[in-house]
Amino acid sequence: MSVKGYQRKLDLEHGRVDLSHGSGGRAMAQLISGLFHQAFGNEWLARCNDQSAFDVAAGRMVMTTDGYVVSPLFFPGGNIGSLAVHGTINDVAMSGARPLYLSASFIIEEGFPFSDLKAIADSMGAAARSAGVYIIAGDTKVVDRGKADGLFISTTGIGIVADGLDLSADKAMVGDRVLVSGSLGDHGVAVMSRRQNVAFQTEVVSDSAALHNLVAVMVAAGGSGIRVMRDPTRGGLAATLNEIAHQSELGFRLQEASIPVKPAVAATCELLGLDPIHVANEGKLVAIVAPDLADAVLAAMKAHPLGSDAADIGEAVADNRKFVQMATSFGGRRIVDWLSGEQLPRIC
Amino acid sequence: MKYADEFRDKAIAQGIARAIGAEVSSQRAYRFMEFCGGHTHAISRYGLEDLLPANVRMIHGPGCPVCVLPASRIDMAIRLVERPEVTLCVYGDLMRAPGSQGQSLLRAKALGADIRMVYSTLDAIRLAEQAPSREVVFFAIGFETTTPPTAVMIRIAEKKRLKGLSVFCNHVLTPSAMHSILENPKIRDTGGVPIDGFIGPAHVSTIIGTQPYEPLAEQFGKPIVIAGFEPLDVMQAILMLVRQVNEDRYQVENQYSRAVTREGNRRAKDEVSQIFELREQFEWRGLGLVPNSGMKLKRAYAQFDAETRFAIHDLRVADNPACECCAILRGAKRPVECKLFGTVCTPETPIGSCMVSSEGACAAYWTYGRVRDEQLRRTS
Repeated sequence: MSVKGYQRKLDLEHGRVDLSHGSGGRAMAQLISGLFHQAFGNEWLARCNDQSAFDVAAGRMVMTTDGYVVSPLFFPGGNIGSLAVHGTINDVAMSGARPLYLSASFIIEEGFPFSDLKAIADSMGAAARSAGVYIIAGDTKVVDRGKADGLFISTTGIGIVADGLDLSADKAMVGDRVLVSGSLGDHGVAVMSRRQNVAFQTEVVSDSAALHNLVAVMVAAGGSGIRVMRDPTRGGLAATLNEIAHQSELGFRLQEASIPVKPAVAATCELLGLDPIHVANEGKLVAIVAPDLADAVLAAMKAHPLGSDAADIGEAVADNRKFVQMATSFGGRRIVDWLSGEQLPRIC
Repeated sequence: MKYADEFRDKAIAQGIARAIGAEVSSQRAYRFMEFCGGHTHAISRYGLEDLLPANVRMIHGPGCPVCVLPASRIDMAIRLVERPEVTLCVYGDLMRAPGSQGQSLLRAKALGADIRMVYSTLDAIRLAEQAPSREVVFFAIGFETTTPPTAVMIRIAEKKRLKGLSVFCNHVLTPSAMHSILENPKIRDTGGVPIDGFIGPAHVSTIIGTQPYEPLAEQFGKPIVIAGFEPLDVMQAILMLVRQVNEDRYQVENQYSRAVTREGNRRAKDEVSQIFELREQFEWRGLGLVPNSGMKLKRAYAQFDAETRFAIHDLRVADNPACECCAILRGAKRPVECKLFGTVCTPETPIGSCMVSSEGACAAYWTYGRVRDEQLRRTS
């Protein structure tokens, strides 16, 4: 289907989505070709089929899916579009895989401005291109005003894992080191800073980024000595380490002084009563690495732009209660527990 | 972080810890209650108990307003917000507080109630301005620190003629609760409340000053040290309490002199007394009915009082009979001595006040205390 033949072009500056853009008719076709295909442009979408066919290499594939409902849609350092690409790429990459393809599904509220939709689609396209990943399938639905908060995006990702790699959260072993790729809490604080009822001025921007290239250099340095990788999104570092502790049936002992947190993030958390280790990240990873390879992996991380602030923050210990404990900078000890309830709703 | 790190200095903390260790008598136990959730938080967040000698024990008090709010008030709020015209503004911590049948505002919201999580009274004012046809009710909760902002909100509503705005008032008073802790007859008859001194409130005392605690110290013969919420404040307050106990003194001392005076904040107190008056009694989760411990709006401001405006009456709901919060809040029992602890009462499904907020005694024990107990057992 081509744009030609339409009497009127999409008014990308002042126009708005209406119910006809989800109806399956001409208006929808125009939206898809005039806005999404422009933004994502690739050979698969150009064929305008209901599905895309691609060749499968030998080996193991991974697949993941994620929904994005972040509020507000635009925040310092990104928007819901770039987040929907980075988040799903990262979930694929945490298996050690190389991400290949994404699908994207849009649920759009009636009245949503084309200009915002274009900005979001463009940043998705840019994020995918710079990650070397293609968005090869999509869907668009429009719902009545008031039935969705502007825009929800759901993305699915597929990737391929190199032979011999089998990362899994049940593989941590006593003595393993805990590495993080950089400062914690940036994304959560950046989003909070634009919330209508708590808006504040901050230099903090979201860390939203695709981590698969960082993962690749880590795998090159550590191979199967990397037991687990996770991106600490909702619930932050605390939730991630508690999950791994439960799945691997051991505990962790962390050094608070080693955990990287930017001063502006620490100050904001202080004001809002949050703990940076509970706040979401969208461009950081936690790796549990065999002790003899930890230094090599850490050095590889530090040499990569997305891991320059990487740090070794603690170790896995035998503990049948599966506690995550931390030696505080003050000289005491505390338990780092899961968060009860929701600290910051709709952060991704 | 400037103005915060100075109060979190490890070397100074170790110095104070050494002084405490040198001054405590090995012949006796020192049982101190920190009244406020803010202190409890600092103790667990920085692991302060690890720095204290084994015979200095901290008892986590009832000073978390969400924890002590009784199920009946949650039930009333839910009844209120079931009215289709009502928009209820609440602080986020309250969303999970359990009502009498295990219901909560979080569940009421899921069932369609119009509940908004807000960060300040100003958010409620803005909502009332934006939706003049709605009945916007602010769920006011907290000790003396949060009462002045509610008073200011009512002043603004009056000035702006916001006819749709009202307050569901649950403000409570700290000294009355401390009195109730020390006076409970059940515990008094079994050998007295096992508390040797109090770390007194930080922020509350910036408003009310140190003077209101003087009769308590005198009547019950207990030292009270008003302290800030930073970990060094707490350490220093513990040292000051140890010294008072050793010298058989029971005075009100002010560690938090950078923010607290004897008189407090006169302007805030005036504002509060113009708009609020004492209730005869108010129910506290874990403490039961406490005389003169709650505030309500004066009759002149009845139009802003949601309880009057919507004729919702006090519901009385008994605490779970197996819940030991009453004894735990007074230091007479430890969380593990409660049958409900860790079985039906957990941070995800709290029953008693001490488990409701992460700053409650049982919740703090759940996340930290179990480890410390094991360490003590191993070393003793």
